[in-house]
Amino acid sequence: MKKKLGLIVNPIAGMGGSVGLKGTDGNKILSQAKQLGAIPIAHIRTTEALKELSSIKDSIDLYTYPYEMGEEEAKVCSYSPIILGLISKGKTTSLDTKNAAKDLLNNKVDLILFVGGDGTARDIYEVVGDKIPVLGVPAGVKMHSSSFAINPRAAGSLATKFLQGLIDLREAEVMDIDEEAFRQNVLSAKLYGYLKVPHEEQMVQNVKIGSVPSQHETIESIAWEIISNMKEDYYIIGPGTTTKSILKKLNLKYSLLGVDIVYQKKLIASDVNEKQILKIIDGKKTKIVVTVIGGQGYLFGRGNQQISSKVIKKVGKDNIIIIASEDKIISLKGNPLLVDTNDEEINEMLKGYFRVITGYRRSMMYRIA
Amino acid sequence: MSKERVNTHPYIPNLVSEVKQEMLRDIGVENIEGLLSTIPKRLRLNRLLDFPDPLLSELDLKKHVSEILSKNKPCTEYLNFLGAGCWQHYVPAVVDEIVHRNEFVTAYAGNTYSDLGKWQAFFEFQSMMGELLEMDAVSLPTFDWGTAASFAIRMASRMNSKKETLVPKIISPERLSIIKNFCNAGSLSGNIEIKLIDYDPKTGLIDLQDLENKLSSNTSSVYIENPSYLGTIESQGDEIARLTHNNGAELIVGIDPISLGLLTPPINYGGDIVCGEIQSLGIHMNYGGGVGGFIATRDDPRYIAEYPTHLVSITDTIDGGFGFGYCTHDRTLYAVREEGKDFTGTTVGLWTIAAAVYMALLGPNCIKEIGQAIIKRSHYAEKMLNEIEGIETLFSPHFFKEFVVNFDNSGKTVNDVNKFLLDHKIFGGKEIVKDFPELGQSSLYCVTEIHSQEDITRLTETLNQAIK
Amino acid sequence: MRKYHAPVWNEPIIMEMGHKGERGIAIPVIEEDIQKSTEDSEFYIPNKMIRKSLPNIPEISQPHILRHYLRLSQQTLGMALNIDLGMGTCTMKHSPLINEELVKSPYFTEIHPLQDDSTIQGILEIIYKFSRYICEISGMDEFTFQPGGGALGIFTNACLIRKYHEINNDLPERNEIITTLFSHPADAACPATAGFKIITLYPNSDTGLPDIEALKAAVSKHTAGLMITNPEDTGIFNPMIDEFVKIIHEAGGLCAYDQANSNALFGITRAREAGFDMCHFNIHKAFSSPHGCMGPACGAVGVRKDLTEFLPVPRVTFDGSKYHLDYDRPNSIGKMREFMGNIETILRAYSWIMSMGPDGLRKVAETSIININYLIKKLTNIRGITLAYPKQNIRLDQARFSLKELKDETDVGTDDVARRIVDFGVQEYFTSHHPWVVQEPFLPEPCETYSKEDIDYWVEIIRYVCEEARTNPETVKTAPHSQTIKKINTKPLNDPNQWALTWRAYIKKKRKK
Repeated sequence: MKKKLGLIVNPIAGMGGSVGLKGTDGNKILSQAKQLGAIPIAHIRTTEALKELSSIKDSIDLYTYPYEMGEEEAKVCSYSPIILGLISKGKTTSLDTKNAAKDLLNNKVDLILFVGGDGTARDIYEVVGDKIPVLGVPAGVKMHSSSFAINPRAAGSLATKFLQGLIDLREAEVMDIDEEAFRQNVLSAKLYGYLKVPHEEQMVQNVKIGSVPSQHETIESIAWEIISNMKEDYYIIGPGTTTKSILKKLNLKYSLLGVDIVYQKKLIASDVNEKQILKIIDGKKTKIVVTVIGGQGYLFGRGNQQISSKVIKKVGKDNIIIIASEDKIISLKGNPLLVDTNDEEINEMLKGYFRVITGYRRSMMYRIA
Repeated sequence: MSKERVNTHPYIPNLVSEVKQEMLRDIGVENIEGLLSTIPKRLRLNRLLDFPDPLLSELDLKKHVSEILSKNKPCTEYLNFLGAGCWQHYVPAVVDEIVHRNEFVTAYAGNTYSDLGKWQAFFEFQSMMGELLEMDAVSLPTFDWGTAASFAIRMASRMNSKKETLVPKIISPERLSIIKNFCNAGSLSGNIEIKLIDYDPKTGLIDLQDLENKLSSNTSSVYIENPSYLGTIESQGDEIARLTHNNGAELIVGIDPISLGLLTPPINYGGDIVCGEIQSLGIHMNYGGGVGGFIATRDDPRYIAEYPTHLVSITDTIDGGFGFGYCTHDRTLYAVREEGKDFTGTTVGLWTIAAAVYMALLGPNCIKEIGQAIIKRSHYAEKMLNEIEGIETLFSPHFFKEFVVNFDNSGKTVNDVNKFLLDHKIFGGKEIVKDFPELGQSSLYCVTEIHSQEDITRLTETLNQAIK
Repeated sequence: MRKYHAPVWNEPIIMEMGHKGERGIAIPVIEEDIQKSTEDSEFYIPNKMIRKSLPNIPEISQPHILRHYLRLSQQTLGMALNIDLGMGTCTMKHSPLINEELVKSPYFTEIHPLQDDSTIQGILEIIYKFSRYICEISGMDEFTFQPGGGALGIFTNACLIRKYHEINNDLPERNEIITTLFSHPADAACPATAGFKIITLYPNSDTGLPDIEALKAAVSKHTAGLMITNPEDTGIFNPMIDEFVKIIHEAGGLCAYDQANSNALFGITRAREAGFDMCHFNIHKAFSSPHGCMGPACGAVGVRKDLTEFLPVPRVTFDGSKYHLDYDRPNSIGKMREFMGNIETILRAYSWIMSMGPDGLRKVAETSIININYLIKKLTNIRGITLAYPKQNIRLDQARFSLKELKDETDVGTDDVARRIVDFGVQEYFTSHHPWVVQEPFLPEPCETYSKEDIDYWVEIIRYVCEEARTNPETVKTAPHSQTIKKINTKPLNDPNQWALTWRAYIKKKRKK
């Protein structure tokens, strides 16, 4: 059976960046950008990515949306795409993106390749969730979501390998950036969810030492490290797949994007806010377990604002457990982990070298700035 | 301290002054000091190393080292009956030739393209061992039998999360020491308790009652050796397996592969993980440097996941040929694996190839013949020794190439006897008095296919003399 | 550029060779007397243990076995055949042939490890003398050559640390070993097997070295010791190494020096002056013993005086006239490997040291340093290649580079380039240990063996392939093209339904398809 590739292009993605505007959501900003002479770049990125897929072009069916949402680029690259849906040419919005995603979902494509930014990723996620694999071709201003490949060629290459059944999937964060705040230089992001993204795990052939743990094994071993050391404390478990695997392993229900509280290996509260947390832990010995959110390396202040400075103060620096895979730490490229609670004092307190749990009885000293 | 300055050396081409200067110029420094700036002065050794002057000429070097080596008395000059984990078997000339081919001697970690020959030889080793063992999964060998057994015990413990292993009292003390180092983490993490299983004093076989008593719900594995360290062939394989498996434990069996022409492989009596020594497969003793340990199991992902050693797998190429690569078993999603898989490294690649060549040379008929030759010669020797007044052999008459000789009734100690034998250019069996004091003045004799009737007669006559 | 093609014999797997009835060797006939006075072999085997059917190994005549393995050897690119300077951390240097002759001698091969001391004076002398030399090289007081490889040497050091703290009643409190991300992965894996928790220090992005602040934060009452490679696999020497050691000592831990990268240090700097309590060397690396297709090898472990009581037994001692094996060490950790270790490596290393002498050894180090820094100058001139941690401009013996620029530009990465360079008759290079902190890495190590022309030629090959990545990327991505085989399909290697570790497994799974 022929594999089906879905293509969604956000034609205005990236237009803000070239003229110094951070993002192009909203018609007002878009017309501002156009006035400043911004030119669309999404179609160039699209064709770059599609060209990498040329080796399997004839053995897949390409599904896309009309005109500048994919049809044009596909035809330029000599595809005979199957066109779904209706749009107003030249006036596309995020609703069109969502409709496209819906139509592709209904047509059961094997992979959705989208060209856009964090906003596009978020729109697609809203519709698709983790039901179909998705891969982003970067064209936005600054990619916070890790559902993007490093560049269009890499995206095309990954898509090819995935459709050939050569590589597997992993979970990638979708960050919800408040673009208005972003334009005022305030980065306010929230963990929105997780997409399933094709991922080429490094094939380890020239290893002299023995085996290298896979992503799956690493997450399991981190969870085991936490569980096997659990004492009579209350555990505030922050959002993220790494942290929630602890609850998974204990066979507890968990809220992927929220904060859960565990005590004596049982779920005490799920998806709580700051007030609820403070109430539950009042007078109790507590530990916080957090992981690194997003490509920027945030520990506190992005997606786990429920674990506020008040909570941190109550719990104490020594009772904070940071967990992350070695790969995640390395993806930070040496940049320090970041904290951004509302309290400068707390931010200062957390600075310095911290022990990050990277596996069963394994940890790494890493810097928090 | 040597004052001899080296300005040219056969092994160092770029010592030639003008080449060196050119290179320094290209780098942009005056001299070597300019490149040593990252090593602080306080860490520098400001003198020459205190060694003798070099022997720059190969002729002098050869003379010097050969002279030292000639002080040894090798088993080509002395008649040798020592075994105990390293045995004297005949090494065919073809094996020596292959193992000394420079291509193999100097290869290392090249991939399946540039080093296809090496990878194929490894796969052939795994394949032929697989046939001898009737098992589908064999890994590349590790450092020795002791390490292989240790890794096997740790594999079983990771698989069933239990922390106790049962090991026979009759075990090589060297192997037991290694197993302790690997398994006894003491109060640190991952400690695997080691309990010893008694043996039947008449037969030398596993005391089944003691095994049953010591098995519990904490037992992760039972490790037995067959033939045992003192040579006897275990007959109770089925019962040992039954007891072990009823307790939810893994049965690990350590063997000597050259016995597999005669003995049935452990999988046929319930062995789950099989390990053992490869030195008997065409590798010279090399003063104990010829050892290597293999591990084998069923081709079941639960076991494959636990191997610390490399597993070579065959695969296809893009043009329909075949090549090889390491089986990267971590990718599969079966039972959860939290703990690290120990380690491997540079182990015994060249000996792996030696064993492959040897198994190929032997073939199915000859490996049976060699087993027959060994067992007949060893039993002939046993018979001859038993006829000597004051000497008797212990344990079951079911043994392969090693057996225990006891001198209690002769009034002589093993040391006396061995000293006498040594004066007559014979290496007597290893004394086991210290390790097994309950066996009195006993020693372990090893007889293989290299011992002729003449050799055995000479031993018998000399022993006769020794205890007079 | 040399036109090269690897030998292609299309040699079948041995399991498919031969013919029923053929055989490779014959063994001596059993003498009549022995036949007469013994039973059939089955008599001496318990019934249930008798093998019922012959094993299914091939039946091949001797010339065909010889031919087969000679062909396989031709299809193996040993270091002696090529400019093998790409295999960093492996120290692929010249293994003098005279040493191969010496280890072939029956005065070595036909020695049983349990022979009486008086009959092995020769080999004991070599072991003893070599241990004096390696003590001098490292500044340690006593050595053992029992560990059969570097990893086992590191494990031995971990066991020594464990024993030390056990004797001092500091277990299980002291259960943490600190190492660095660029030390050899065995520096983490081996102490983990010994039961320790592992704390890894992440390197500073400018210096490529761990910050001393990170070490200070990692140290606690739980610190058992430090296991560190220096220079690290990046080739960068840590100038604060003695400070690191001091901090660990102050915290009550011991320090083990992984000297796998010692080729550039002979006669220049030692473990002792840096304060280390123990160290290990890979004799099959800097000490010239050949690699042998991954062994046999030796991880020589050396310790300071106050730790000698814990070393594995037996120890070789000298009473002024005779050499002895001494087993009487009650606090010894026992055995790390059966018998004495891979003494063939020690024999070679002894001979090598005797051929170098003190100044020669120093020249080995100096030449390696000049060679690598020359290589760096040449490689960094190639577009697409960057030196990792360029703020550090000197390397010792080896250096880590990155092809990330090339990958971003052409989508051709380090694995592709590694597979392509073998088309030019050089062994592939070593990328790096995992994890890949430096992206798209490769790690060459010229040692002292390769000439300036060799290095220039190797650089030329890299330059050629980098250019090819731009003009003809598919060629690089589908490499190799003039090798024994074409690119392999790696998917079966991690699929339980497709992998096959033995021929019997392969046949079974093929039939299922």
